[in-house]
Amino acid sequence: MDSLKKTLGWLWLIAGPAFIIFLIKGAIDNIDLNGKKEINDPVIWIIILLIFLPIAMGFVVFGWYAIKGEYNRLPASSEEIE
Amino acid sequence: MKKNDDSATGIWKVISASSVGTMIEWYDFYIFGMLAKTISTQFFPEGNSTAALLSTLAIFAAGFIVRPFGALVFGRLGDLIGRKYTFLLTLVLMGGATFLIGLVPGYKTIGIAAPILVLLLRLLQGLALGGEYGGAATYVAEHAPANKRGYYTSWIQTTATLGLFVALGVIMLVKLNMSDAAFNAEWGGWRYPFWISVVLVGLSVYIRMNMSESPIFSKLKSSGKVSKNPLKESFSKKANFKMVLLALFGAVMGQGVIWYTGQFYAQSFLETKAGLEFEQSRTIMLWGIAFATPFFVFWGWLSDKIGRKWIMMFGMLLGILTYRPIFSEFLKDTRIATEAVINFQHADTTYHTTDNITYQTIVSKGTNSDGLTFNKIEKNIARPDTVYFDEINADNEVINKIYTIDQKYHQHEAPVYKDVVVSKPVYWKFVSLVFMLILYVTMVYGPIAAFLVEMFPTKIRYTSMSLPYHIGNGVFGGLVPFIGLLLTTTFPGNDLVGLWYPIGVATLCLIIGTIYLTNKIDNKVDD
Repeated sequence: MDSLKKTLGWLWLIAGPAFIIFLIKGAIDNIDLNGKKEINDPVIWIIILLIFLPIAMGFVVFGWYAIKGEYNRLPASSEEIE
Repeated sequence: MKKNDDSATGIWKVISASSVGTMIEWYDFYIFGMLAKTISTQFFPEGNSTAALLSTLAIFAAGFIVRPFGALVFGRLGDLIGRKYTFLLTLVLMGGATFLIGLVPGYKTIGIAAPILVLLLRLLQGLALGGEYGGAATYVAEHAPANKRGYYTSWIQTTATLGLFVALGVIMLVKLNMSDAAFNAEWGGWRYPFWISVVLVGLSVYIRMNMSESPIFSKLKSSGKVSKNPLKESFSKKANFKMVLLALFGAVMGQGVIWYTGQFYAQSFLETKAGLEFEQSRTIMLWGIAFATPFFVFWGWLSDKIGRKWIMMFGMLLGILTYRPIFSEFLKDTRIATEAVINFQHADTTYHTTDNITYQTIVSKGTNSDGLTFNKIEKNIARPDTVYFDEINADNEVINKIYTIDQKYHQHEAPVYKDVVVSKPVYWKFVSLVFMLILYVTMVYGPIAAFLVEMFPTKIRYTSMSLPYHIGNGVFGGLVPFIGLLLTTTFPGNDLVGLWYPIGVATLCLIIGTIYLTNKIDNKVDD
């Protein structure tokens, strides 16, 4: 299980930037100043990209921690976190 | 025995004081969304680009940016000064903002000041909501005995659904007792749900004022161990930050999309894709919610016996496997088969002309052999057709002539079927399907408060659990309709394509949760 956790870490590491690329592509394809739908609105895309950028970075960090074996043993009690 | 009785009464006071306040906060947050159409007419008129921008910010920024931000602001405060005063403050902020939205004059009266004020108040609502849940869950969990933490905190978990239930009920009650014109007028009935909030909040503040601080936090404070900088300790210490990330990607992200799909996407799908009539779609949701709500408590109770993880993972798995079949049934049973129509009558025709182009809307009422009644809406368009030709006169001169011939209507958009009323058996079948969707919500949501509380130490608990919770629910959950629209636009003609977003996120979360999370319960939360 530990090796699976570590191996999947590489996937999470790649998935973070991939998701941002997917969103940027979605923004480029759908932003239309003359459009009337929500997905044509650049303000919405700016908000979504702003909020997802740190989340995607968090996913990369999660992948990195997984590769480093940080999740091989979880703390049995929150006392261990302090 | 007396002592046991007292402590039992005490915990129920704690649960009711926390739950009622949290339910009211959810009610306050939902009524804005549910009345969005009327609110946009009153405050964000079409054709005004500034008002449109403010409207977008009010809808999107409040959920996506301000909620997680509120989690940080109030989470920090809760870990510094205590749970009681922090979630009292969020309640007052939320109630005050809601009441004031109900008092803002419309755009017609005060112009651009109206949408600006509404936007500010909406942002305040988002901020308050971001701080409320973590406080209530922590407060109850820190009062609860270890072997009943899932059960007691599950009462807090019912509040989001009950808030939705009360909001749906109040709006329906007001709307059914007046005409559409009276409801939608500038100072009309749509404002009543906002005004009602002040009474509910006042009552809840009074109850909460009489409660004492969490015993675990009080102990921490008296021993001088309160965190000096909860934000720094939560997010810059690797040992804690890795657990914040695990909570988000292994549990809350999937819980957020399951929650949003069951409670909101289903309702919007019934109304827009299945074309179900307003009252039927709302009452179907109300019944489904009413039958499923007790299961929040059941799963919370069960999680104390068998652990939290597998209940949540199983809820996600059921959603992944059954969303498409369930939503297909909604479409199948509301589809109007033209060959089965047994009665069809013209009801109304309206015309609307813009830029020399006439738009014709024909509404017809129909019934089919399956017992469905519906309105068929046909939209046609007519442009003046111009014919150019040359004519030779008696002097053999060529004259250019232009004739405008009669307008002919052509189909502008494919006919749509709206206000579909289904037969009783189909109605109850839909109630049972919505019940299943909400049941999944109860599985992922019932145990999660105890799960999050147990993950983090007391001194940074409020901050550490609030942020992943509000990113999971506000961002991942809140984006279900937007990503759904994005997918529908990218792959037109497939009404179910929007479901791939919640299915995808839930699958990712299920994989991460299954592999990385533990099912062990941390009995000690006073660390």
